[in-house]
Amino acid sequence: MYSQGLIGADGKTDEDEAFLAAFQERIDAEQKIEPNDPMPEGYRKTLIRQISQHAHSEIIGMQPEGNWISRAPTLRRKAALMAKVQDEGGHGLYLYSAAETLGISREEMYQQLLTGAAKYSSIFNYPALTWADIGAIGWLVDGAAIMNQIALCRCSYGPYARAMIRICKEESFHQRQGYEILITLCNGSDEQKELAQDALNRFWWPSLMMFGPSEGQSVHSQQSMLWKIKRFSNDDLRDKFINATVPQAEFLGLKVPDPELKWNEEKQGYDHGDIDWDEFWRVVKGDGPCNRERMRTRRRVESEGAWVREAALAHAQKRAERQAVAPVAAE
Amino acid sequence: MAKGNILFTYLLRLADDHLILSQRLGEWAGHAPTLEEDLALTNIALDLIGQARSLYSYAGAVEGQGRDEDQLAFTRPERDYVNALIVEQPNGDFAHTIVRQFFIAAFMVPFWREMEKSGDDQLAAIAAKASKEVAYHLRHASEWVVRLGDGTDESHARMVEALEDLVMYTGELFEKDPVTDAAIEAGFAVDVSALEDEWRQTVEQVLGEAMLALPEVGYMQTGGRDGIHSEHLGHILSELQYMQRTYPGLTW
Repeated sequence: MYSQGLIGADGKTDEDEAFLAAFQERIDAEQKIEPNDPMPEGYRKTLIRQISQHAHSEIIGMQPEGNWISRAPTLRRKAALMAKVQDEGGHGLYLYSAAETLGISREEMYQQLLTGAAKYSSIFNYPALTWADIGAIGWLVDGAAIMNQIALCRCSYGPYARAMIRICKEESFHQRQGYEILITLCNGSDEQKELAQDALNRFWWPSLMMFGPSEGQSVHSQQSMLWKIKRFSNDDLRDKFINATVPQAEFLGLKVPDPELKWNEEKQGYDHGDIDWDEFWRVVKGDGPCNRERMRTRRRVESEGAWVREAALAHAQKRAERQAVAPVAAE
Repeated sequence: MAKGNILFTYLLRLADDHLILSQRLGEWAGHAPTLEEDLALTNIALDLIGQARSLYSYAGAVEGQGRDEDQLAFTRPERDYVNALIVEQPNGDFAHTIVRQFFIAAFMVPFWREMEKSGDDQLAAIAAKASKEVAYHLRHASEWVVRLGDGTDESHARMVEALEDLVMYTGELFEKDPVTDAAIEAGFAVDVSALEDEWRQTVEQVLGEAMLALPEVGYMQTGGRDGIHSEHLGHILSELQYMQRTYPGLTW
């Protein structure tokens, strides 16, 4: 933990106008904010919320894909999927570390996940039903994540921006692998093509929802933009994603499941149909197809692993005690 | 048995060991006691599947009937699988997984070291790469054996149980039969019976540090090399092979 000596970690920063103005000045000058810099409590809290929920998403995101490791159709695909799930765990670690620089412990964040106080990306509440879903998740879900994350590489908080740079490199690789799965399916048998279309049908809208609610509905958006935690609006990123992804679907010979999707010459982008925001809020609030299962699995893993963590701790203590008693003998 | 047949069978046994153990470790993905351990177990699983792929590809080439790694992995039934029984044992709790991993890694370290001297260049090359990986696997498993054995009363008790459950499958690792005899004679195989002392020494040293002991058993269960498995393997293959059996002959 890095909490010691951090200004404002106790929530008692004296946030007078001069302080806030000086902070905004640094932000406007594109200076990165680092862990020991003074920062408004609201900035710290927003970042903790966002980074930790990002970390939680990586951890929960291991479940839908991990679900297919034992059944991947070839050894090459199995190895790639394992590597991907492993990378996700690693991304979780980076992100928890980045959040810890803001004065919260990983354990505390993790408890917030387990109690439901902290959220994770709504997309992982959708099930991975077929092998094609693994391709669709790589292509669409990681694709959407990258749109968000490329923007975050320029986030004003240094540790978060640097974590995103590292994560984006691996994430782009996964996205290409996912797309390649779909290329293979779409060049394959009729059954394989059907699997691919079905996966797109089920993951298209949930992927668009990953960018979050539209401007009017987004509670944190305005302040985050001002502080340059966010660099683009949810809708801007969503549009960018649609514009990049529709030609990829066409290349696959797949149909995007949106009858209102249409190229708009004037804005040089696609118009799309309405997102089902009722579904979005329902899933965010816990009533999606897999919310309960994802959380139940996490809680079960946590409780079943408790004895292992306790043993590791007890052993470390014993070892430290032995070394304290007989420093020479330990050499 | 012709030399090609022996090499093929020999490679297949090794490849099956690695694939099935990798499949077992893959079951842990997202379910380990800590995030760090999740990464470690998946890392080991990945190393193992990499070794399995090299071995299957080579076996397919030796067999010369056009079977590639996937055909060998996904289209053979349980009676044709020739992995050692220990790798197909269920993950159980974390102690069982660690003991299984520890027993195997302590065996594979000297095994791959000796295999580096194989008269078969390709096997020697596979061994050179695998040696580096399995040294890490042994370190990882040994550290956990010590942490759990010398941790809490509960972790110690779980380790005792895991050792008792799994020790009967270790004898097979050192077993010789006409295939291994012919392979040794042909100059490409490791005489596994000669590794037993070193294995026991490694195991007992680490267990000693963990306040544990290797249980003495009067009976070692074997049969895997002849395709006589435990009831677990059929279920593993049901999952492993599901896609290729449902949609045979396609590219994925």
